[in-house]
This record gives sequence, C-alpha cells and structure tokens, in this order.
Amino acid sequence: MNQGLANSYESGNERVHSIQQSFVTASIAGQRIGIPIAEVQDVLNKQKIHKIPLSPPAIVGALNLRGRIVTALDLRLCLNLEPCAVPESAMSIVVEDKNELYSLLVDEIGDVETPPSHLYERPPATLGPAWRTVCSGVYRMDEALLLTLDSAKMLETTVEGAVIQ
Amino acid sequence: MDDLVSEFITETAEGLSALDVELVTLEQNPSDPAILGGIFRIIHTIKGTCGFLGLPRLERLSHAAENVLCDLRDGDLQVTPEAVTLIFNTLDQLKTIISVLEETGLEPGGDDAGLIAELNAMAAPIAREDASFADGSFADASFDDDGDMIDLGPPAADDDGMIDLGLPAVDDIPLETMPLAAVADTPELVADTAPNAPPREIAAAAQNIRVSVNLLENLMTMVSELVLTRNQLMQTMRNEQSSAFTRPLQRLNHITSELQEGVMKTRMQPIGNAWNKLPRIVRDLSQDLGKQVDLEMIGAETELDRQVLEIIKDPLTHMVRNSCDHGPESSAERLAAGKPETGQITLQAAHEGGHIVITISDDDKGLDLERIKSNVLEKGLASSAEIDALSDQESLQFIFKPGFSTASTVTNVSGRGAGMDVVRTNIERIGGAISLQSTAGLGTSFSIKIPLTLAIVAALIVEAGDQRFAIPQISVLELVRASASSDHRIEHIDHTPLLRLRDRLLPLLHLGNMLELSDETVSSDADSFIVVAQVGNHTFGIVVDEVFDIEEIVVKPVAPLLRNLAVFSGNTILGDGSVVMILDPNGLAEKVGAARVSQNNSATDRRAPEGKSAADMVSLLVFNAGHGVRKAAPFSLVARLEEMATGDIEIADGRLLAQYRDSLMPLMPVYPELDLHAHTPRPIILFNDGPRWAGLIVDEIIDIVEQPLIAEIKGEMPGVMGAIIVDGQSTELIDTAYYLTRLHSDWFAASTKTAPSNNAILVIDDSPFFRHLLNPLLKQAGYAVTSVESAERALDLKASGAAFDLIVSDIEMPGMDGFTFAETVKSSPEWGHIPLIALSGKQNVGRLEQGRISGFTNYVGKTDREGLLATLSSTLESAGGRI
Repeated sequence: MNQGLANSYESGNERVHSIQQSFVTASIAGQRIGIPIAEVQDVLNKQKIHKIPLSPPAIVGALNLRGRIVTALDLRLCLNLEPCAVPESAMSIVVEDKNELYSLLVDEIGDVETPPSHLYERPPATLGPAWRTVCSGVYRMDEALLLTLDSAKMLETTVEGAVIQ
Repeated sequence: MDDLVSEFITETAEGLSALDVELVTLEQNPSDPAILGGIFRIIHTIKGTCGFLGLPRLERLSHAAENVLCDLRDGDLQVTPEAVTLIFNTLDQLKTIISVLEETGLEPGGDDAGLIAELNAMAAPIAREDASFADGSFADASFDDDGDMIDLGPPAADDDGMIDLGLPAVDDIPLETMPLAAVADTPELVADTAPNAPPREIAAAAQNIRVSVNLLENLMTMVSELVLTRNQLMQTMRNEQSSAFTRPLQRLNHITSELQEGVMKTRMQPIGNAWNKLPRIVRDLSQDLGKQVDLEMIGAETELDRQVLEIIKDPLTHMVRNSCDHGPESSAERLAAGKPETGQITLQAAHEGGHIVITISDDDKGLDLERIKSNVLEKGLASSAEIDALSDQESLQFIFKPGFSTASTVTNVSGRGAGMDVVRTNIERIGGAISLQSTAGLGTSFSIKIPLTLAIVAALIVEAGDQRFAIPQISVLELVRASASSDHRIEHIDHTPLLRLRDRLLPLLHLGNMLELSDETVSSDADSFIVVAQVGNHTFGIVVDEVFDIEEIVVKPVAPLLRNLAVFSGNTILGDGSVVMILDPNGLAEKVGAARVSQNNSATDRRAPEGKSAADMVSLLVFNAGHGVRKAAPFSLVARLEEMATGDIEIADGRLLAQYRDSLMPLMPVYPELDLHAHTPRPIILFNDGPRWAGLIVDEIIDIVEQPLIAEIKGEMPGVMGAIIVDGQSTELIDTAYYLTRLHSDWFAASTKTAPSNNAILVIDDSPFFRHLLNPLLKQAGYAVTSVESAERALDLKASGAAFDLIVSDIEMPGMDGFTFAETVKSSPEWGHIPLIALSGKQNVGRLEQGRISGFTNYVGKTDREGLLATLSSTLESAGGRI
C-alpha cells in the first residue's frame, strides 16, 4: 500500500488538502466510507469474536489478533444504524487509538483509493449528529460519495457513550 | 548519606531538569494553565520535601519561588521574560546548592537573600506569612569552582524514568556498573571540600545497575508471551502420553516458570519501601504542628510492581501529610470530644482480588462539609445551586478538584491547592481509583484501589452461559459441588439462594444470570458447581456451569470502552487462543448488592435465620466396626487414635487390657464378636481422663467430618445414641458414655473432685444428642438432672413451680434463644437468683460479652466436658451450694 501519500494526514481539524490522502474504503448500509490508510492496522476477514457480557451494545466482543486483544465494534451501531446482522462473519478494519486496537465491523471492504483533493468537501452541515461528529469530509467521487471517518473521534464518542451508560 | 536525602537528590534533579524544559515551553505559551500547574507542583514538591529533610536554605528559596509561581498560576502575575529569567536563576541556584548537598551530604552555608528578595518583590502584592525568610547570615560558600562536579541525575528522563535496582546509585550510569576507579576518586574529593562529611556508601553501588524500566517492561511482555506459548504447548501435549517432546517440554516448563518468577521479582517491591519516610514525616510534622499523632502501618510487606510503587509514593506521602495537617485535632480538642489524646493515622495495604487496596484513615473530626462547600463557592468551582443539588458524599468529591484547598492559612505543609487533584491524577494515570469516606467527628478514610495492570496470575477458568471466564485464584477459597443429596445444599430464603457450607451460610450469585447470559437462577435441586470466593473478609459463592483448569494468565487491562464494567478486572488470551474476561470478585460482590454480601456477613455467619442450621456443628470421627452401618463418635471426646496388633491385647480379669504409657489400659470392642486371633493391627480410639486411658477397638477409621448434629432416630440399643446421616450414609452415633462407664465404672464420677450433694440442674438444649451426652455425664457426676428441649419448656417448668440450683442453657435454639431466656429468667422473682451457664458450640468473645449482659454467669464450650464439670462445681460453690 502506498504509505507515502498518507504522510500528509493530520488529525487536527485543518488538513493540508493540496496533497492527496489514501483511504481504505468500505461500505456500510449502502454508504461508502473511507478511513485514512495511516490509521489502519489491519483488514480482517471473518474472525472468532468472543462476546463480552454486560458491554455496551456497540461492542460486539473481543478477538485475538496475533496475541493482542482487539475490541470489536459494530460500526453500524456507532453510526446509529440497525445492528449488523451476522457480526461473526463480518469483515472489519482494525484501527489503533491510544495504544488500544479496535476492529470496526463493516458490511464490505473496498479498495484503497486516493481521491483527488479537489473533490473534497467539508462535512455537510445538515448531516445527522451521529454522523457529523465522526465525519471528517466527503469526496465527490464519480460513482458515489465517499465519506471519510475520523476514527479517533468516533472511538472517543463511543467511549464517552459507554461511560455514560 | 541519609537514604532520604540521596533519594531527594535524585528526585529533585529529575524534577529540575524537567523544569528547564517546562519553563521554556511556558514562555512560549504563557497562558497555558497546565504547564504552569506542572511547574508549580514540581517546585511545591521540592519545597515540601526540603522542609521535612531539614534543608532550610533550599526550603526558603523554593518557597519564595513557589510564591511567584502561585501568583502566576492564579493570574495575579503575568508571565513575563523577567519572571521566567528570575525563576531560571532560582533553579540554577537550587541546582548549585543540591550539587554541594550531594557532594557533602550537607547544605552549603551561604545566603540567597538577594534572590529571595527579588522573588518576594515580584510576588509582593500578596503579603506572605514568611516574608521574613531572608535572614541568611552565613559566609559565602566557595563551591563555584567545583564546576566539574558529578552530574546530577539522569538528563531528561524518558516517561518511564529509570528503575533503580537496590540502593540508590551515586551517579547516573545507565546499564553499566560503576567503574571502580571513579569510585575510588570520589571520597578524596569529598574529603577535600568537607572533611567532616560522612563517606558515601559507594561500594554498594558497584553491586547495582540501573536499568531502564522500558527494558524490564519489554522483558516482562516477552516472558508473558513465552508463558502463554508454553501453556499452549502443554495443553497440546497433555494428550500425548509418551513423545520425544515430553522431556524437553518439561524442562521448558520449569525454565519458563523460573524466568517468569525472576522477571516478576525484578519488578516487585514491598509497599513498605514507599512508607519508609512516613513515620519520620509524621513525627516531624506533629511536632511542628503541636499535635500528637501516631502512624500505624499494616501490610507493609504487600508487594507491588515497582512502577506502580513509584507512582503512588508521592500521592501517599502527600495524603499522610494532609492527614496530619488537616486531620487530628489538638490534644485538648480530642480529649473534649472523648477521644484518646493521641490522634491515629492508619495506613493499610492488602491484595484484594487482583487489586492492591491501600487505605489511609484517621480518627479526626472528619472533613468539614460546610467549609468545603463555601470553599467551592469562593473558588468558583461550582455555583450554589449546583452545590445544593449534590449529596454530602458528592460534595466531598470537590476536594479532588484542582485549585481546591480548605486549609485556612497557607502553610509550609498544605493549603495551596496543589493537593488532592495531583493525588487523583497520579492514581488515575495507572488505572486506579480513589474514594473517600468521611464521618463528622469520627474520621476520614481514603481508599486507593490500584489494579495489577501487568502481571501473570493463576486463575481458575470457569464456564457460564457457554462462555468461559477467569477468576483470579487468589480470591478463590475452594470449590464446592452442591446437590440436593449432599451435605452442601443450596437453600432459599425468600428467593435468595444460600449455600450451607460447614458452619457457615454463604450468599450465592449465579454467574450466568448475573452476566445476563442465561435466565437460569440458582436451583436447589440440580447439581451445581460453586466457586467460593473471598473479597476482603466477605465470602460468597459464585454458581457456575462448569469448572475447568487453573491456568496461568497474563492480565491485560480491558479496553477503555469497558472500564466501567466493574465485574471485569481485565482480560486475557488463553492457551487455545481464545479471549476471556477476568472476573473481579470485588465487582461481583458489588453487583449482587454489596449490602447483602458484605454488611451483614457476620450476622449470616453466626446467627442463621432458621435458628438451627448454623448451630450444633460437631466434628465426628467416622469409623467401621463390625458388620452393619458405619459408626461415629464425637471427635472432641477422642484423645488419640492408635494402632495395636491384636497380639498386644491381653485378656485379664475378664477384660481386654493393653499396656499403654506404662500402665494398663482397658479396651473394649465396639461390637462383641471381635476376633482376637487375627493378627492384623487394629485401630484403637483412645479416651483420656487424667492418668486413665481407655480404648475402643474398631475395624477402620474412615474420616473426620464436621456437620450439624441432628439425631434422626433415637437409639434403642445400649451404646447407641441414635442414627444420623453422614456423607449421605446412615451412621450410628455411639454413646461414648456407655462404653466409658463400662471400661471404668467411675469414669465420669471421678472428674469432679468434690462430690456435689445432689444439686438439681436444669439442662436446656434443643439437640437430642447433647441432651443425651450431658444427662449421663451430669448424673454420673452426682447431679439431679432435668433436661428440656426448649426455653419455652423451661419457662413452663418455672410456672409449675420447679426449683433448680443451676441452669445450663444452649444459646442457639429455635424459638426463644438463650440470651432472651437468660434475660427472662434473671428478671423473674422465682428463678432470678439461679446461676446460669451458657453452652455453645463455638466460643467467641463477642458472644461471651453478650451472654454476660443477658445474665449468664459463665460460658462453656459445648464439647468441653471437663470445663463444664469444673464450671458447674465452682459456680455452685460460689453460689453457696444448695440454696
């Protein structure tokens, strides 16, 4: 994968858009999403997920990734969608946040894409709150809109939600 | 050099070098309160420590600097380059003084008056109680030319700092031993500058190396993985009986275990190491403050990870210091409040379910809630409406907020508001929690719970609702399999399941149900596995579906998303690669309602709600003799168990005799048709009374069991007291009195020295067994015995006009218990004068006291035959014989 292009990624709100970013794309409930490739540790096929009792609904369970324990999250629930039908066989994208690994369950994994920066738009102001907080931007791709996710932000809100529960 | 001082030097050097960086950052971001707070805390710590170590010059200087920083932090002063320069100058001066201190062990003489004046001038707007500090009158020291002195401490230590294996090293030489030549030079240098200074213990330094904590951390992680791999291998090989791998694997197993232990040891230290300084601090402080304070330290040997130790050291010191300062009232106040003159601070550490719990408690006046509230308002931490909405406990939590302080005056000890927030930050940084309880007038108690974040522990793997879980073995007391037919039955009181386990009743929780994995509840009929767990001094049972092995597991902290699930203390990967959650028995106990499990534990323990179940637990010796059912005798009556060949048993005078301890001992088979010609050795149950021994010959000793003694069927045959059920089998309870009187006709009579003159005794005991045991015993001893099975029956006797010289009563009885009975009797005109003796299965000081209050004259253990007889005669004697 092309890591060079990903170097331009910054986690702040302001990004340098003159340099192109690469995203691991996926689809979830028909929506195309992208996660900056620099944040992605792994892309997993179906895994054995061990359930965690009493955990918040968004947490599907824990899995063993080469000796590290990864918390599996249902991305659909994080985005206020209907829960994933068969979490056991879902594919997932593994991201790291504050030294913890999380696997985000998605419907389907797509290609790595490097959209041209002139297609970038800020997140639309009319997006629902669940999406607005985690969305870092939209690319007007030819086939469909590609929504990019700020995974750190998303995990943060999920953690907050879990703590409040 | 004093250990405390050398430690101070290392710490301060680290703090100061960090300050250099911080100050520069501050100049660039003058408005950042976090940086200012950090700088202030470092100087605050230095000042505080200097005060305790008796380093006045350093203390004065840092105090002056702290004043300026305090104003900067509170916004009374602007961060200007001048201010920063002044602080830098102060830091340089501090470093110079400390380097001399390190050389000589003494503070150099000298005067920082100029610098202090400058600092005070800058902080001038606010008058300080200590403005008169600049009183130095020493000659100027000539330490400036020692420019090449030993460099202080590690330059800009990384986040983890360094770990010091053993005595503090004199110099900072990472990962290599100190060259001996260098060591040899140093004392001379010291001798030159300060001839009177004590020589430093440098020889010890050569035995120690400083190793980065990171390195140990990596080592630990690798060992953890190795352990897991080993476990996996062992599991795979378990089914292979003989393989070429078996032996090497065994070696690998041993070596891994040793390696693991070794690496763990490098990281573990007793918490006492962090407490060393405290007694002195408390002593000095209480003198300064004119209070009398005792420090008690419990559990100093509790080991914890060195890294954790380092982190909690300062918070602990701070909290103890706080307890001294805010805590104990003056002696006069304490006496007025009816407390001992000397205040008490108790520091306690213990392992508790995979955590270390440290409590710091004092017996002072408690936190002043009103003052906390007014302080919160004053500092603008919350509005008055917000405060009104809070409970008292919630309001107390404000003391953990930055900027909070209730000490009315800023003293050298506390009161600047750099206190409890730092403590909390430090503890939470390692995933710990701090809680606080305060009772007005009685004291304050802080409880710090620190998780073992990285450690290998042995854990019991259990299953509930098709999922596996690990329970740290440290909190598992035992495993019990309960079924309707066994001794360990599950019983319910108002749907609350309880386990009858020997002499206790344990509350139960169904793991699958509690974790919402199944709808099952604890059932009395089905077989169930119960893990008896202990949290602190509370014991409860966890009902699980299946119990597997004990495995060594690497505790990994749970993801932040799950931190609020109190029932899990971590998670781990098992040998087969699956992820399991580690249960926190503490959290489990809380989950089922801490009140039920923890508060009334002693009550459930001793006073079973049904009145009968916890009482009358007796140890029984179970044996085989002759044909027919198994037999049992009260174990408390048995003196010894011996084995004798039948050849040693002789017949004389129509009796069986054997030589034992130089005298003849009469023997008797429990059954008549004993074959004396068989030459196999036979077990003998020996009874002893003074110089006399007697033995019962049996075939086989089976077991000693402890169980409630309820005779199911009263015995008809001589020598049989009744039939009972032991381990699911019916068992004959033999009447030992019958056999003993047959062996020595005067067995019981001789026990009482003075034959009593037919005193009338009333025995009240609900257990037929004890009535059967006591009746012959007392009759033999010459008393006229009446026995009844309940207090109510005894009161009936009273109503019918019966008179007794003495009453012996059980305590635990259904219906009216012994205490109530005693009170009733003592207040009645007819029986009020009769001495009462309490009988109970277990002796316990608390009950003794309760018995005395209720009116019992004396208290005897149920199976203490000698004691009972002696008590009877002495009580009757002091009551003047027959009344």
